[in-house]
Amino acid sequence: MSENPLSLWVYLSQSPLLWLTVTLLVYAIADAVSLATHRNPLANPVLHSMWIIGAFLLLTGTSYTTYFGGAQFVHFLLGPATVALAVPLYENRKLVAASVLPMLAALVAGSLTAVISVAPKSVTAGIAMGISESLHADPSLTAVAVVLTGIMGAIIVTPLMNRMGIADFRARGFAVGVAAHGIGTARAFQVDAVAGAFAGIAMSLNALVTSLLVPLAVTLLVR
Amino acid sequence: MIASLSLILLCQLAGEVFVRAFKLPMPGPVVGLLLLLALLLARDRFKVLARGPLQQDGVENASRGLLAHLSLLFVPAGVGVVQKLDLIAEHGIAIVVVLAISVVVTLLVTVATFLFASRLMARGRSAP
Repeated sequence: MSENPLSLWVYLSQSPLLWLTVTLLVYAIADAVSLATHRNPLANPVLHSMWIIGAFLLLTGTSYTTYFGGAQFVHFLLGPATVALAVPLYENRKLVAASVLPMLAALVAGSLTAVISVAPKSVTAGIAMGISESLHADPSLTAVAVVLTGIMGAIIVTPLMNRMGIADFRARGFAVGVAAHGIGTARAFQVDAVAGAFAGIAMSLNALVTSLLVPLAVTLLVR
Repeated sequence: MIASLSLILLCQLAGEVFVRAFKLPMPGPVVGLLLLLALLLARDRFKVLARGPLQQDGVENASRGLLAHLSLLFVPAGVGVVQKLDLIAEHGIAIVVVLAISVVVTLLVTVATFLFASRLMARGRSAP
């Protein structure tokens, strides 16, 4: 044990261990609260984890780079999780196969609406950054917009769909996957397994379509 | 468990290689998704493939585990956004309003199109 308690902090605050632990611990608490409130949309675990950790970093004067040194292990799993979406797709394959036409129609209408309303914002963060770089837009602003859209979509989808009286979880899941990408898909998995499967399909298809659509739309608009 | 995770990573790796080799604009993990789906479907047809992680729900359970906490995986990126809130202030709160309206309109248009197309199909099927 070191004599100066501060030197222990200096050591720990630079190690990935502390920030990985903080990420998992804060999320575990936020998720427990979300479960205890029966998945109340306002108790969104991503929203509350991000501001609590953000405030903690600010208070301790920790840079995002240092934090990411630990959090990157969690961030890395986004890729494998995207691949894992094949399993809910496979398990619901009969329902999916029967819904191909509605999905394609909704995909075209939804991604066009998203692209027209705010150009490169409704794709998964990583892809969005690539697209906005090719547009010479500010990539970090795009990432901010993508995460904000995801959070707002995840919060609003359940009350909105309930108010509209929409009980079809295929349609609800698909809509949130198109409008609110990964964070919306995560919300859909918490609400309903079928909604989750359709949100995952929508998110993947939307990523494909938008990565083709945005450069095309920009070329048409600019020239 | 390890074999199942390896299979998922292998699909992602193959997806990344494929996307880069052919210079496609799509994300590598999405190609990995299609690959894993193709493997699962092929396993049902050819019993030879039902081994290792492709049997006894191996890769299925690993995937369910990953997806059960999909929310957690967005936290590191989300924290980065909290640190960039000054960007929002710089571009004006108007951008948040635009995003909020956009997400609501997109949700409504998507869900309405889905239900409309699905009802058209049902009507087409029930008609003689």
